[in-house]
Amino acid sequence: MAISIGAEAPEFSLLDTEGRRWSVADYDGAPATVVVFTCNHCPYALAWQDRIAQVARDYAARGVRVLAINANDAERYPRDSYQAMKDRVAREDWPMPYLHDATQEVAREYGAKVTPDVFVLDAQGRLRYRGAPDADYDKPQERASWLRDAIDEVLAGAIVSRPETKPVGCSIKWKQ
Amino acid sequence: MNVELLWWEGCPSTERALEEVREALSELGLSHVEVHTREILTDGDAREAGFVGSPTILIDGVDLVPAAAEEHIGLSCRVYRRRDGRVSPIPDPDDLREALQRAAERAEVN
Repeated sequence: MAISIGAEAPEFSLLDTEGRRWSVADYDGAPATVVVFTCNHCPYALAWQDRIAQVARDYAARGVRVLAINANDAERYPRDSYQAMKDRVAREDWPMPYLHDATQEVAREYGAKVTPDVFVLDAQGRLRYRGAPDADYDKPQERASWLRDAIDEVLAGAIVSRPETKPVGCSIKWKQ
Repeated sequence: MNVELLWWEGCPSTERALEEVREALSELGLSHVEVHTREILTDGDAREAGFVGSPTILIDGVDLVPAAAEEHIGLSCRVYRRRDGRVSPIPDPDDLREALQRAAERAEVN
């Protein structure tokens, strides 16, 4: 079941790769929060990774928070294990926490389908955008423009003009 | 020449990969070559086919991009590298074209 635009996003409490626990409520006062379901092994998630990371860097000074969540079944996909997440963050430059949804409950509550699947929440924790970062994983010059537009409109207090797009990526690997 | 595309429904790249294969064949004057498709449905299918991700393109039974040691057999989307280093869910079109060209040349020799 997916949350709909305007609805309050589900609360969660997940560990990042440093062992710190994060929740949406930690962001009381943040003007916008971006929740991105992603993973280690999906080519779509990997292709968009730099663009999403750059969004985290570009908007950090304005108080926007970006949380990346990996919900894939690590038993069948060891490359998405908690340890593999830690190794990846140690190896790469991550400007955002990488959270482990081991039970997959958060992904289910959000209605995430693929990686990457992007959700933008406003200051009240209400969903304002859901979908892909931009129109084409294969065009870095797109710069996650759909995501940036949504954040800009949330920051401006405006209605998000493109509140939903079709997320494109690898299906989330649900436990069987 | 035998061209086969193995695919899994969890990846949205199948249609684009198929288009690229057909386009490459057309550019090489090989439009008459039929592209066979085979869906990989289960982990068992993946093991049997040595399937390391979708899409996998076999030309005369040989993987267009030989699987790296760290690639796991199973139902997943395959990570390819473009010639410029970018990650992609489908092979670089130049790699595809060159592999098809080589296969066509082998077929002529034989």
